[in-house]
Amino acid sequence: MMRFSLLKRLDAADGPFELDVNCEIEEGSFVSLYGPSGAGKTSLLRMLAGFLKPDVGKIEVNGEVWLDTENKINIPPQKRAAGFVFQDYALFPNMNVEKNILFAMDKNASKKLVDELLQVTALTGLRDKKIQMLSGGQQQRVALARALARKPKLLLLDEPLSAIDNEMRTNLQQTLLSIHSHYKITAIIVSHDLTEISRLTSKTLFLKNGKVEKFTDPSELFFNGYENKLRAVFLSVEKTGSVFSAMVLTGGQVLKISCSEEDVKDLQKGDEIEISFKDAPGFLRKL
Amino acid sequence: MIDFAPIILTLELAFLTTIILFLVGIPIARWLSQGQNIFKTITEVVCSLPLVLPPTVIGFYLLLAFSPTGSFGRFLENYFNIRLAFSFAGLLIGSVIYSLPFMVHPILSGFNSLPSSLEEASASLGKTKFQTLIHVLLPNIKPSLLSGIVLTFAHTIGEFGVVLMIGGNIPGKTNVASIAVYDEVEALNYHNANIYAAILVGISATILFLLYFSNRKLREVKFL
Repeated sequence: MMRFSLLKRLDAADGPFELDVNCEIEEGSFVSLYGPSGAGKTSLLRMLAGFLKPDVGKIEVNGEVWLDTENKINIPPQKRAAGFVFQDYALFPNMNVEKNILFAMDKNASKKLVDELLQVTALTGLRDKKIQMLSGGQQQRVALARALARKPKLLLLDEPLSAIDNEMRTNLQQTLLSIHSHYKITAIIVSHDLTEISRLTSKTLFLKNGKVEKFTDPSELFFNGYENKLRAVFLSVEKTGSVFSAMVLTGGQVLKISCSEEDVKDLQKGDEIEISFKDAPGFLRKL
Repeated sequence: MIDFAPIILTLELAFLTTIILFLVGIPIARWLSQGQNIFKTITEVVCSLPLVLPPTVIGFYLLLAFSPTGSFGRFLENYFNIRLAFSFAGLLIGSVIYSLPFMVHPILSGFNSLPSSLEEASASLGKTKFQTLIHVLLPNIKPSLLSGIVLTFAHTIGEFGVVLMIGGNIPGKTNVASIAVYDEVEALNYHNANIYAAILVGISATILFLLYFSNRKLREVKFL
């Protein structure tokens, strides 16, 4: 079991706000952090890793206290068994793939673990390659392997797949899933991608303005009126008799959606729109 | 026959100054690169003053400080039996202060160019700040380190005002090449002055050439 309660005043673009989060996470579960940008997701993750100190707070992971501001306990990031995967990978350019992973391990640690990590992340053939020679997806695999090399109790992933193209992303999600089931590690991932959230995680912590809006099953969150909207690009409108249908582009596919004349009368080709499946008619809205 | 002692003395001074400043400059630049406070701002001002002050001003204050009639000079002489004015050690201290910005600035901008996630990643992998500095940060700012070393070396070779004020021209002790050029011209030995001057031009040009050449090689390694 992992428990944390954290309170910190943060400065955002639209003024200061208070991050106030209380949560209990079951050992070995995969949790996603979701919410609008500026809600404090990354700050929360950084506090768990020890990069950022909360004003008041307590973090306990599997019975170990990492932070307790009341009793002046603050274990530094070096001593917290937390692996962190950064959005920009943060690999060391002066080391090759294997050395990046070895750097994370104790001198007397078994070299077998390197081979194993290279294998689970499908990097065995690239072990001697320089970091600069790798693609984004390959770099993020190295970052994952490196974060796991210390056998952390907690794996923190800060939008790890946001800079990676679609095909590679699906591939890496599969790797993440197999790593999670193989090592049974508690993992928290910051993500905006609903597919990713539904695919990887069993629970979603929905953060809004620094507060926990909901902590629940992803399907419940997204299909119970919270996010039953679709973002799309408006392409054109067709009229058959008195029926209007809009052609829209979403998720790389073109959809034909029936709509009312009212919906489409102000729309131009290329406009970003939001399609709501709740309050039809009038469900196309310009953003 | 021309005396090569001033050239050797110049190289010796530049070499020692560079080594000392390399060891001093890294911790100063590292400290300055982490956050902001009033002490750091003051340190930055002090580190940059030698860039804007006439060398004679620095030399003048150092001379006052080193003088055996001043309190600091007297303290050194009474307790450690050291006299810094008109000595090689005094010259070395003067050079270190005078060339400080040429070491600190390139290294500082090197540290600032690194993404902070590198340091955080290293911390989350259990490495201490010192291990992170040695194994992660310094190897990734090699062009900046090289710039600091080369600029400091070249700048010390070109030093004149500070040396003149606190060193004078004691042969083999403080008579560096730039002073020798001046002395030879004053004695109307244009031939000797010409040789010293040409050697200085040759050394400085070679050093700068090596810097720009190797920096181009090093900069091919880029962050993605």
